[in-house]
Order: sequence, then C-alpha cells, then structure tokens
Amino acid sequence: MKKKGEMKKVKKVKDKVNDGQDDDPWWWLVQEGIRPSFLCISLFALLVRVAVGLHPYSGARTPPKFGDYEAQRHWMEITLNLPPKDWYRNSSVNDLSYWGLDYPPLTAYQSYVHGVFLKTFDPDSVALFTSRGYESYLGWVFIVSTFRKLLMRWTVLSSDVLIFFPAVLYFVLVYRSMRFGMGQNSDVAWHIAMILLNPCLILIDHGHFQYNCISLGLTIAAIAAALSQKDLVASVLYCLALNHKQMSAYFAPAFFGYLLGKCLRKKNPLLEVTKLGLMVIGTFAVVWWPYLQSKDAALAVLSRLAPFERGIYEDYVANFWCTSSVLVKWKKLYSTQSLRIFSLAATLITCLPSMVQQILAPSSKGFLYALLNTSFSFYLFSFQVHEKSILLPLLPLTLLALEESRSILWLTHFAMFSMFPLLHRDKLVLAYMALYALFILVYFAPCGPSGRCHGTKTLDNTQKTKRSVDFITSITFHPLLMGFLG
Amino acid sequence: MMEMQESPRTPVVMAQLSWFFGIATIVKLLLIPSYHSTDLEVHRHWLAITHSLPLSQWYTDETSEWTLDYPPFFAYLERFLSMFAHLIDPQIVHLHHGLNYKANSAIYFQRMSVIVSDLFLLYGVYRSTLALASLKRNLIWLLVIWSPGLLIVDHLHFQYNGFLFGWLLLSLSFLAQGRDVMGGFLFAVLLCFKHLFAVAAPVYFVYLLRHYCRGGLVRGFARLSVMGAIVVAVFVAAYGPFVYHGQIQEVIRRMFPFGRGLCHAYWAPNFWVFYIMLDKGIAFLLRKFGFNIPAPVASFTGGLVGDASPFAILPRVTPLTTFIMVLLALLPCLFRTWKDPRPRLIVRSVAYAYTCGFLFGWHVHEKASLHFSIPLAIVAVESLEDAKHYFLLSIVSCYSLFPLLYEAQEYPIKVLLLLLHTILMWFSFSAQYSGSLRGDKKGGEKQGFEVGWVTKSYLIGVVVVEIWGQFLHPYIFGDKLPFVPLMLISMYCAIGILYSWIWQLKSILISS
Repeated sequence: MKKKGEMKKVKKVKDKVNDGQDDDPWWWLVQEGIRPSFLCISLFALLVRVAVGLHPYSGARTPPKFGDYEAQRHWMEITLNLPPKDWYRNSSVNDLSYWGLDYPPLTAYQSYVHGVFLKTFDPDSVALFTSRGYESYLGWVFIVSTFRKLLMRWTVLSSDVLIFFPAVLYFVLVYRSMRFGMGQNSDVAWHIAMILLNPCLILIDHGHFQYNCISLGLTIAAIAAALSQKDLVASVLYCLALNHKQMSAYFAPAFFGYLLGKCLRKKNPLLEVTKLGLMVIGTFAVVWWPYLQSKDAALAVLSRLAPFERGIYEDYVANFWCTSSVLVKWKKLYSTQSLRIFSLAATLITCLPSMVQQILAPSSKGFLYALLNTSFSFYLFSFQVHEKSILLPLLPLTLLALEESRSILWLTHFAMFSMFPLLHRDKLVLAYMALYALFILVYFAPCGPSGRCHGTKTLDNTQKTKRSVDFITSITFHPLLMGFLG
Repeated sequence: MMEMQESPRTPVVMAQLSWFFGIATIVKLLLIPSYHSTDLEVHRHWLAITHSLPLSQWYTDETSEWTLDYPPFFAYLERFLSMFAHLIDPQIVHLHHGLNYKANSAIYFQRMSVIVSDLFLLYGVYRSTLALASLKRNLIWLLVIWSPGLLIVDHLHFQYNGFLFGWLLLSLSFLAQGRDVMGGFLFAVLLCFKHLFAVAAPVYFVYLLRHYCRGGLVRGFARLSVMGAIVVAVFVAAYGPFVYHGQIQEVIRRMFPFGRGLCHAYWAPNFWVFYIMLDKGIAFLLRKFGFNIPAPVASFTGGLVGDASPFAILPRVTPLTTFIMVLLALLPCLFRTWKDPRPRLIVRSVAYAYTCGFLFGWHVHEKASLHFSIPLAIVAVESLEDAKHYFLLSIVSCYSLFPLLYEAQEYPIKVLLLLLHTILMWFSFSAQYSGSLRGDKKGGEKQGFEVGWVTKSYLIGVVVVEIWGQFLHPYIFGDKLPFVPLMLISMYCAIGILYSWIWQLKSILISS
C-alpha cells in the first residue's frame, strides 16, 4: 500500500515538472532568448504580409479615380519627373485634383526613392501622363520582365522590413529591460507577435495599399529612444515621423509633455529645452529645405496638408462627430469655421490632462499611457478623421499589450469592424477574415498570457471561465453583429 | 523509442494541435489567390466528368485532354465533392461549359476542398504522435502540419496530397501499434486512391506476412486468408463496378500511361539525372575526339518513339528496367523485414521504399519527394542522427520543389517558407538535443545538434545554386540556355537525395 502511495507521489511530481512543457508548445524557441523568437515571428509576419499582397488593392480596376494604390503610383510619377518646387503646386503638368500630394515632404522623398526603383524595372509605370491608370500584372518566366503590382507591393514590404521591424525589435528590447526582467520569455514572444501581426496594419499597408509602416515605425523607434533616455534621438525620429504623415501629430502632446517633463527635472532645464528645440527645428529645416525659399511654397504645402475645405467628417468613421451626428446634425447647425473651433477645443480639453501629468511627473509607463490617451482624444474629436486613423490609437495599445491584454482584444475587434466597409470595397474580405482569425489564434496562443496555462500554474475555475468567455465572444462577435445589422 | 503509455491530457493535446492546424489554415486561406496551375483545371474537369457522366463513361471520356488517371476511389471522392460544387455553382461541373472555367467560385471551392481535406492529415498526425512526449510531439506537428513542401504542392500548386498522406500516416500508426489488420486495410484503401503509393506494397506484404501471419501453419494460413479477403474486398469495392461494365481495361490503361518519357519536363532529382548527364557527357567527349555520334531523335520527356532511344551512347532504359531497379534497391529492406518484422521499423522501411521508387522510377515527378519526407518526419525525432539527416533531407526536398512555382509573385513566399522551416527546425532540434546523449557518449561529452562541415557547405551550395539560377544566369546569359538553371537545381538536389537513400539503407540494415 505504501509503495503504491509513493509511486503515485512520484508520478505527481513528474507531472508537475512537465506541466509547463506540456502546455507550452513553444518553450524550446522562447528559451533561446528574444532575438531568435523575434527572428521566427518576423519571418512569419513577413510571410503573412507577402501573402496578403496577393490580394487586390484599393481602387483596382475602377476608373476614373481608382484608389490609394493609384495615388501612390501617381506620386512616384510626379516626384520622379518634376523638380521639388513643383510637387505641391497646381500646374499644367501637375493636376492637384487628380490625387495631389497631401502628405508632408518626407512622403514625397520616399515616393521619389520608390519611383527610382520602379523606373529601373518598369519605366512605363511612372511616365508622366501616360501612366495614369496603368494597371498590369505580367507573368515572369526566369527572365526579369515587367510586373507592376509586385513592384509596388515590394516597395511596401521593403519599407516594412527596413523601418518597422527593426523599430519593433528596438522597442521590445527596451521594454523588456524596463520591466526589470519581470514576466517570462513567452510573454515577450507573445508581445512581439501582437505588434507584428496587428491585422489592421497589415490589411491597410499590404492590402489597401499605404505606407503607414514608415511613420509608425519611426514613431515606435522614437518611443523606444525616449524610454531609453536618448531624448535627442527620440525628437529627431519623431519629427521625421511627423514629416512623413501629419497624422503622427496625434502623439505630439504626449511626446511634448514627456520630453519637457524630463528636461525640467534635469540640472539645466533651459539648456535641455534649447537642445531639443534646435534638433526639432533642424530636422524640419532639412526636410522642408526646398520649400523654405519662399513663403508661397511653404504655404502651398501647408494648405495641402490640412484640407479644411472638407467637412468635419467624411464617410463613416467611428469618432465622436460622426456618431453623434445621428442626434445633433453638426454640419447643418454650424459652419465649418465654428466646427473647427469646437473640434480644436474638444481635442485640447481631452488631451490636456495626460500632457500636464507628464510634464509634472514624467515616467515611462505614464508616457505610454499618455500616447494612448492623446491619440484617442485626437481620433475621437479632431477634424476630418479618416477611418484608417484608428491605426494611431491602436499602436500604443499594442505596445502596452502585456498590461492591457483585454483592451487590446476589444479595441482590435472594433477597429477591424470599423474598417470593414473600406476593405469590403477593396474586395479584401477573405484577407480580412483570415487575418482576424490569425489575430484571435495568436492572442489565445497556448503559451501566451491568455492561453490555457500561463507559466507553471494552472488556472482556477473563475479565471478559466473568464478566458473561455473571452474566446467565445471573440469568435462570435462578427457573425452576431453582422446578423444584427444585416 | 516511442513510449507506449497514453498521455492523460488529451483535450490539451487536441487544443494545441488545433491551434497549429488553425495557423496553417490561415496561411492556406491567404494563399488562395495565388498561382493558377493546370492541376486546378484537371481536377475541375474530373468533378465535371464524375458529376455529369454515368460511371461507365468516366474512364473513356475524351471531352478534354485531362483524362481521369487516378484509381476509382479518387473518382468517387471527386463525385462526392461535385455534389457540393453543383450546389455552389452548377457551371463548375458542366462538362462542356465548365471547360477552363476560371471564375472565383470554382477556384475558391477547389482550394477550400483541399484545405478541408487536410483534416485527414491532421487526424493521421494526431494518431501517430499521441503516445509521444510533448516536445517530440510538437516537433512532429511542426514538421508535418507546417511542412513547406506540402504547402507548396497542395495549396500553391494544387493537389490533394494532404488527404492521401493522412491515410498513409493513419495506416502506419496502426501498424506501429501492432494493429496489423487495420493497417493493411487502410493501406489497401490508400492504394485505391492513388496507385503511386503501391511502391511500398512489397514492404507491406512482407511485413504483414511475417508479423501478422505467424503462429504455426494453420493459424498463419487463416490469418493470411483474413488479410487477403480484406484487401480483395477493398479492391472489389473500388474496381468492381468497372469490371461489371467491362471497363477494366480502359481503367488500367488510363492509370498507367507508359507512353510518357523517362523524365518529366523538369527532371526530378533522381538517379536518371546522372545517367542522362553521363550519356551527354560521354557523347560530347567522343565527338570532341572525332567519333561520329548521331544525335538521338527521341527525347527524354516525350514518349517511346518506336525503336529510337533518347540516349546517344548508354543503353536504353525502359519501364521494365526501372521496375527491376526499384525492386533490386528494395531487396535489402525486404530481407531485413523478412528476418525481423518489428513495428518500430515499419515507418522507416516504407519511407525507404518510396525513396527507392523516387530514385529509380519511371516518369517521376519532383512532387513525389514528399512521399518519403513526410513519413520520415515521424521518425526524425527519434535520435540525433535522424534529426541531422532529416534537417538536410527536408531542405533539399523542399528546394527541389521550387521550380514548380516559377512566377515572381510566389518567389518571396516559397523562399520565406523554406527559411522559416529551416530556422524552426534548427532551434527545435537544438533544444531537443542540447543536453541529451547522457549514456551514449563515454566521458560525458555534451553533444548538441550540429551539422558537419560537409552538410554546411552543401547547404551553402543550395544558396549559391539559387542565386545563380535566379539572378546571375539571366544577368549574364539573358535568354540563352534557359534550361541550365533547372538542370543545375535538379542535379544538385539529386546528390542530396542519393545521400539520403544511402543513409536510410544503412540505418535500416544496422539498426538493432
């Protein structure tokens, strides 16, 4: 009898030792460290991006205006064939009503670089005038011949690999050291997967066709630099992000508050502030150099960046003005001028608290939350917000995924759902559903924080029920909503 | 050594396995709009034939050049699928209007049918790995469910191999557990799905004869009759209706089209590549020395043209020659199985049989390299030597499939698949063998997972061949000599596969 009891005890101990291994099918990878896990996850993320690139892009075969894809190609055509001072100016060769440039100069420079790449392989695609609406995909049999859609997709891929992925690695390493080695390696791997396999970003950049990876990548690098006390580098990187897409200004109050707060705590605040200010001004000067020759040129660019002649909201976007317009008809009751003031006031009021808090008491975690708060307040209350801007609040939330694991699940649900009309128009429904399912699978991965077993402890019953509820509601979210609405 | 006790945490295992399968399915879904190969049209036409025509005309129909050349069970499967296809879009299964029908409904339906049929592969893998420790189990899942070769052939190029390998793995899992009747039955069913799997039939026959039909003359004979009756019953279920309609000759003729040449259009990396190169090389040298060697009229890929031989110097190769060579290569394994029929060795023996068939067979397609790389994945985790061998083999067999996808849009996909697979294999094998070999090496040497310098240089050679074929060759030669890169890939991979064949033979003969 005693022997049997002993054997049972031995078996139990053995089970416990194997517990973590049994339930974590990836322990052999994550034990190697962050870099190998990052390598594997980024290769897989790259594979997913390439696969999404097989699907249609925005405005495919829909003359006369086509879509964002044609806009990006047109910018390559313009920047390649015209001198910089003509890029933002309405002229006979540059008709601004046909997809005129409406991003700051860094986007124009990036289009130029990509235009050079396209010209080497397919000069017809960027020829002035004649290349409008030029769509073709020709096959390739061992010889380099022309293949347009592929080249465009590869420009996005290369930007992703060169800018976004290294920035994420930098951030993850900094973040890991910030948490003082708390948590497990599998948490870090899950976090990397959450950032790199963000379905909204992949669908917009590699499906619909845009270059958000550049500005978001620069922003992530700026955040990582700021967190590792390299303030000057952070400010330069953030200015570059601002100069790529003016929407990055959603994060400006947080950056401003945090950096200012840190300066005020140093020995010589005025010197630090001046240094930062000089870096900012210097970066802007370098990027805007061709447009600083005359006031007209600078104003021309600025007017393209902030098209206030459009209304306070366009199409359907999940922010305050559009949603409340069901009850209060903003566009009918007030003029654009007063709506501008309203939106400015609302945005400032909502983002002021976190900015002030950071100035008074800067902290790493506070900075990340401030980014989240300011981007949300801008998204909800700002003027002329596009539905794609949901990527901006989503970014800091993915960076905070380990702290706010439930929020990231629900925000991604709603973000994906809010983008559905856009993607449906682009015929990206299959990619949408596949990436949605991928996100849910990765979120509930067996070794992640939301998986069956975290670490070596099994969950008790209440936690298990909570997880199952999360999982079931995730998969039924879409069908229920569609059934309810459709 | 496969442990025999069942893991008590089966729901956890199933959840994890479903997770792996889910990730693979998502990648397959994303790959739906990729390269449209002729196999899509072939299978769509088979859906049309089986749906629109009565059974007696399935193997005699001439509406399209893509005639049914798989055994009857596969035709029944197409019939089953065609019922759903008809519901979704009747034009898919229309005999004449559906020809070259490339609408989204047809493509989506066919691709989804392959994705769903992969559930058979899932079940086969589940049964094969149920009794293993968790690390080994996860490794095998990684190697089979996320196999890049299977993804490339099934979901980019389009075939139903996942479904067929599911049956094979199921049959092997039953044999490994000692349940011979089920194993034999499932193999017979598999043979009626695709006759290419019959290369392993000698191994199965010898093994079942020695392992199952033993225990004295009477009992042995009784068991033999039971087994024989089951196999005969399966074949009757498949071919019976065709014998009834008097179609059996047509069926056999369609299934074995020996009018084709020794090699496929792209030479599979097997033994005949060297034979052909040797022939061409000797002819070239002899011509240099002034001998008059007439250029052969027949080609390797075309059919047998009367008495003409496609070889300039060396003796001609006929289907009979290849058949005899395969049998000769199989003989050592058959002897071993006869002398010592153990369940532990059956997977290796079957994989060895498919290797021999690949190396010496007639009109072998490079897709056939999957036939031995998938079963070998099941035993790749048994020892360090197995792991090293499998590391090399799976990279070579996946790389040899690259020419299947020649369009630029699939290039990053296939490269990324192979790269990811290599890195995952490297880390997982390193993790398994980093602290092992406690009792094997004297002196307590800790031997990790390392590949020797030969393997390393061979793998670097793979990269060199690829860079040459894709970038340097078009840059230097332009349009001239377009077959040289293909030949290079074929020959280089053939070296690796020959090495694998010799290694497998050695491991079967010397295993204790």
